[in-house]
Amino acid sequence: MDSHLGLQAGLDSQLAGFIRALRAAGAEASLAEAIDAARAVALVGYGDRDTLKCTLAAALAKSEEEKGICDEVFELFFKLPERGRPDARKADGEGDGEGEGEAPRTGDAEVDALLDLAQQQQAGDPQAMAAALQRAGQKAGVDDIRFQSQSAYLTRQLLEQMGIRKLEQLQQQLNQAGDENVEATTDDGRTALRQALAAARAQLQRQARAHVDQRFALFGKPATEAFLREVAVERPLGRMSPADMDRMKAAVARMAKRLAQRHSHRKRILLRGQLDLRRTIRANAGHDGVPVSLHFKHKRVDKPRIVAVCDVSGSVAAHVRFLLLFLYALKGTVADLEAFAFSNRLRDVGPPLDLLPFDDAMNLIIRDVGGGSTDYGQAWQDLHDQHWHLIDGRTTVLVLGDGRSNQTNPRLDLFAELTARAKRVVWLSPEAEGRWGTGDSALLAYRPFCTHLSHAANAGDLERAIDEALSAYG
Amino acid sequence: MSAAVSNDPLHPPGLASIDAVSATLASVGYIATRPIATAVYLAQHLRKPVLIEGPAGVGKTELAVSIAKSLQHALIRLQCYEGLDDSRALYEWKYGKQLLYTQILKEKIGQLIGDTDGLQGAMGKLASFQDLFFSRDFLQPRPLLQAMEQDGGSVLLIDEIDKSEESFEALLLEVLADYQVTIPEIGTIQAHVPPLVILTSNNTRELGDALKRRCLHLHIGYPDAVLEQRVLRARVPGLPETLLTQLVAFIQLLRLQNIRKPPSMAESVDWARTLLLLHADALDEALVRDTLNVLLKRETDIAEVAPNLGQLTQSALQVANQPGVAATSRTPA
Repeated sequence: MDSHLGLQAGLDSQLAGFIRALRAAGAEASLAEAIDAARAVALVGYGDRDTLKCTLAAALAKSEEEKGICDEVFELFFKLPERGRPDARKADGEGDGEGEGEAPRTGDAEVDALLDLAQQQQAGDPQAMAAALQRAGQKAGVDDIRFQSQSAYLTRQLLEQMGIRKLEQLQQQLNQAGDENVEATTDDGRTALRQALAAARAQLQRQARAHVDQRFALFGKPATEAFLREVAVERPLGRMSPADMDRMKAAVARMAKRLAQRHSHRKRILLRGQLDLRRTIRANAGHDGVPVSLHFKHKRVDKPRIVAVCDVSGSVAAHVRFLLLFLYALKGTVADLEAFAFSNRLRDVGPPLDLLPFDDAMNLIIRDVGGGSTDYGQAWQDLHDQHWHLIDGRTTVLVLGDGRSNQTNPRLDLFAELTARAKRVVWLSPEAEGRWGTGDSALLAYRPFCTHLSHAANAGDLERAIDEALSAYG
Repeated sequence: MSAAVSNDPLHPPGLASIDAVSATLASVGYIATRPIATAVYLAQHLRKPVLIEGPAGVGKTELAVSIAKSLQHALIRLQCYEGLDDSRALYEWKYGKQLLYTQILKEKIGQLIGDTDGLQGAMGKLASFQDLFFSRDFLQPRPLLQAMEQDGGSVLLIDEIDKSEESFEALLLEVLADYQVTIPEIGTIQAHVPPLVILTSNNTRELGDALKRRCLHLHIGYPDAVLEQRVLRARVPGLPETLLTQLVAFIQLLRLQNIRKPPSMAESVDWARTLLLLHADALDEALVRDTLNVLLKRETDIAEVAPNLGQLTQSALQVANQPGVAATSRTPA
């Protein structure tokens, strides 16, 4: 019944470009959704901007986050073209004796076409110019722009595709002619032509530049940003510039969300052998009560419960920011997460992570907890005395720290009790394996008790380790 | 489908254009924003379900109810919950009736196969009857199947899909993509008039990609001041205009506070009704304090807001008194 809404029109280049930009910005739009979008646009048309925006958002963006991306890309992609200011031109009042509506003729069709474009733009009708830029831009490969520094080059390429060279030659000829015989410059028509050419060239230049800048915002920036984020994830945690840190926030938030999503499904395990009597009777009522199809009881597998213990002392100072950031992101997405920080005394950092924006929470935690000299033994003691009830056979304990305990008693007895009590203990150390056990590091002493101990040098490692820890709940 | 008939359930005139959708919904008191109207229009013309997400009480379910009401189509509602399965959602055999009939027909069967000679003949005779018990007469249609069988047009509301299990989503795919239900004993039942399907989700869990891909997506957030005023005007007629402006300004401010469950549209309507019932003409602190429990449903939220209620009321009154400012949108971040 809807063959008339089919794809006769095809995925037009505008829409294809939009979808490409959307994907570049990080929203997932599948082919099926692209086809839906094409059908929807075929239905509503490009006439009304608001409707188009709603339509594309409904067909392509499937979550609140993607809606945001979609609206942003829409504003960039379907930017209202710059309108010329006819009144301003009138106010200038010079050199336009040849009339408002008519562009001067040069006798060359291509140059005339360019002059017409500039004229229309000036007169407040930017559509033709926009379309021409679009066409030329595709030929010049403007959409492949990656870096800001390419924009000057691509602008020139774009202008050449539009045929600016002819116009420039003509301009040159006119100038030379003007130099050769002085009386010719007094010729009104010729001066007007020269002015018109110069104006048109400036206009084209400006528009082309704007077009390239817009394409950069659409395709270049997200790609560069995604690349840098990838780099940030693999960068050693100790060496983070403030700009990296900001990128990191985005990357970590995404990671934490991914982790939470992957592990938040409530799983069920079939218990073979235990009949679910109620369901079986109901299902077999049709067989006169003869149990033909059997239903078994299920066991719900609990969602992962995590107790994170984070060392924030001086020896791991360079990593603290990041470890806390990860906790902060996880806290927002994993429902059952208890977070503690310690240097010598253990503190519950759940409330500040919950309530404050990240930077405030971190400053508060470092001020409150970070001052002391590290004492792992005391931390276990505090955990034992105050929060032992949180740890049971369903809990994963996540320890983030280097195990450098200032030669104090590492309290292996308490740690052993902890590991026996918890389901798993995962220890992530910012130090490389070669340095474990050197100096005051007690990590090798803790090692036999841990379910999993590994070196987490960057955000990628951390994600993998936590993913592994969480998937233990199979 | 050849000639456009005005009461053709396949092409209801009320959904013929985006503006028509807005007008149709407005006729039953549902103020549809542009995205909402567009989504409904696309759903009708692309024959795709709409998945609506957003906080509780912003009118997700109400949209489906209003569409059905305004088009005078049947509304078929499937409330999802944990453990919902195909026998509650699709169809079920009427076991009791089947049993009863076998009991009643027991003697008849004796008569029927009495005159046959040998087992072969009896089997043959029985075989010609067995489909009787797995026919439409013994089929109990559940919401999804019911919706396929409405020839006068229908709206199928699958409410709070996030409450069901993931396996249930898979069950929905056939229904949502092809508007058909397959019953092994009978065959495939195809909808003559595909229902307009609305799914709602409060986002307690992430829905599967397969389901999302098949749906158009609509997000309804908290309304801005202008929209909220329009909705209240439509829903609570007789509310004094000054009070309306003031209470909307107050609610808009309240949403910006640090509270767990901000009041949504449903709460504003309730509050407006409450104030109307109390014959209030203007907001003041005492009135707000007395009726705050209509707006906020959590003890902690009330405790959070209670100390600066006076200040909030004052600023709300100020906002309401400035013409123009009251109408600017103040959606929470």
